Amino acid sequence: MIKNISNLGDAALYCDFGGEVNKTINSDVIKYFNTIKEKNIKGINNLTPSYNKLIISYDLKLTNFKEIKDKVENLEIKETQKIVNKKIEIPVCCDDSLSLDMERLKEKLNLSKEKIIGNFFDKEYFCYMTGFIAGMPFLGDLDKNMRVQRLETPRVKVPKGSVGITEQFADIYTFESPGGWNIIGNTPLEVFDSSKEKEPNLINPGDTVIFKQIAIEEYKNFNE
Amino acid sequence: MSNNYFEIIRAGVNTTFQDKGRNNLYHIGIPFSGSMDNRNYLLANKLVGNKLDLPVIEFAYQGPLLKYSGDKINIAITGDVIFEIRKKDNKIEGNCYESYQLENGDEIDILSTNKSVYGYFAVSGEFNLKLQWGSCSINTKANIGSNEGKKLDEGQKINISKLNLNQEKKKINYFNSKVENIRVIKGTNFNYFSEEGIKNFFEKEFTVSKLSDRMGMRLEGPKIENIVSPNIKSEGLLKGVIQVPPDGNPIIMLSDHGTIGGYPKIGVVVSADYDRLVQISSGSKIKFKEIELSDAVTLFKLYEMETQNLISQI
Repeated sequence: MIKNISNLGDAALYCDFGGEVNKTINSDVIKYFNTIKEKNIKGINNLTPSYNKLIISYDLKLTNFKEIKDKVENLEIKETQKIVNKKIEIPVCCDDSLSLDMERLKEKLNLSKEKIIGNFFDKEYFCYMTGFIAGMPFLGDLDKNMRVQRLETPRVKVPKGSVGITEQFADIYTFESPGGWNIIGNTPLEVFDSSKEKEPNLINPGDTVIFKQIAIEEYKNFNE
Repeated sequence: MSNNYFEIIRAGVNTTFQDKGRNNLYHIGIPFSGSMDNRNYLLANKLVGNKLDLPVIEFAYQGPLLKYSGDKINIAITGDVIFEIRKKDNKIEGNCYESYQLENGDEIDILSTNKSVYGYFAVSGEFNLKLQWGSCSINTKANIGSNEGKKLDEGQKINISKLNLNQEKKKINYFNSKVENIRVIKGTNFNYFSEEGIKNFFEKEFTVSKLSDRMGMRLEGPKIENIVSPNIKSEGLLKGVIQVPPDGNPIIMLSDHGTIGGYPKIGVVVSADYDRLVQISSGSKIKFKEIELSDAVTLFKLYEMETQNLISQI
C-alpha cells in the first residue's frame, strides 16, 4: 500500500504508493482516498489522488504534519468499494480540422492515420484520475506502439473538447487551456458541468471509457 | 431589484469577487481559488464591520472606477493602493485601512496598486452573488463562481442585497512590508536538479515575469538544470509549489493553479509567506531561502497571531 509518506511544504502529506503506473496501484490510491474522505478527519481540507500518489492537504491552523501522518498510518482501509463504476461512450471526431497533431503523430509513431485511428478507437480505457483543469480525465492505457512524448513547446491554448494523447494516456480538455498533449480529435460532448455541484464530472476515477468515432457532420450537429 | 448598487465605469485589469475559497474539490480538478492575499481580505471585511468571510472585490494593478447609487454605505480598501473618492463638491485622497462613507452619486476611483499586485475593496453590506460550492470566488479559467466565472466588466451593476446598520468609522495603522526573500521547504523532487541548479535557486535572484496571473507566477533568471528527467508521473499540486519545466524557469503555483502537474517540484513556499509572495509585482526581484518544516510551522503561528492581533485592533 503506501510505500512512503513525506511532507509537501508545511500543509500537506505526500503519500507515495510506488513508482509504477498500473490499475492495482491506482486502486490502492483510490481506496485510501475514499476511506479518508468518508472519515472526515478534522483539519484535512483537500485530497488529490493521482496515478500512484495521494496528496492530503490540511489546515495548519487546526492540525499539523505529525498528527495527520499518524492518523493516515493507522487507518483501516476498506477492501470493498461500494462505488459502482460506469461505462461511458465519448464521441470523437478526427477530422483534419480537429486532429491538430495528426502529422506529428504519423511521424513520431511511424504509423498511417488509419492505423493510428484504428488503434485509438479499438480499446476500453480506464480512468485513473481527474484534474489539472476541472473534470479532465486521465485515461489509460494506450498500446505500446501508440506512446509518444508531450509537445516540446506546449500550446498556449488547446481548444475545448480536444482529446489528447501522451505516453500511455489519453485525456480530454474540458476547457480551453494551455497544454502539451498531442491532439488526436475533439469531442462535442460536455464532460464537465459546473451547474451540477454534486456530480459535475461525467467521468470519474475507476470508470471505463470507450471512444466512438463520429464524422464531421455529426460533430457539427451534435449540440443542435 | 436592489436600490443600492455600484455601476462599473472602468473595470480595471483583473477585477473579481473573492472570498475564503473552496475546499475539498482538488480531486475533481477545482482549485482552492479565494483571495490571493488572505490577510488583506480579512482586514477589508473587518474595516467595514462585516463578518470576516464575506465576498469582497479583488483587483490587480489597476482597480475599477465605480459610481454608487443608494443609501449611505461604508467602504474600505486594503493592500497598498492609490485611490480617490469623488463627491459632489470635493475630492478625497483615500488611505488604505480606513473606512469612508459614500453617498448617492459618489464615485470611487481605484487608480493603482503601489509596487504590489492585489488590493481589496469591501462594503458595509453583502453583495448579491450566486455561490458555487459555497464560495463566490471567480475562477476565470474554469468559469466557476459568481458572475458566471468571468471578470467584472465595464457597464455592469454590482448589487448590494443587505446594508449593515452600524456604519461607524474604523481605522488601523498598518503597512504591508515589501519583502523579496521568500522562504521555501525542499520539494519532493529536489534530487532531480544539479548541484549548480540548486545553488542558483537559493543564491541568485529571479525576476517575476509579466506572464504571471492568479494561476501561477513565472520566474526568469538563472536556469535550474535538471539531471534526472524533465517529467514526473502527473500528480497533485498545491498553492506555493514551485515546479521547474524543461526550460529551467521556475513556476510557482498560485490560488487558481491546475490541480495536477507533471513537472518536478524543487520546493514549496511556506504558508506564512504566501500573502507576501503574491504581492511581488511583475518585473520585481525574488530570492528563495530554504528552511525546515518545524521553522515553517513556527513562522505560520507568528503570521496567524499577527493577523488575529490586527483584526482585534479594528
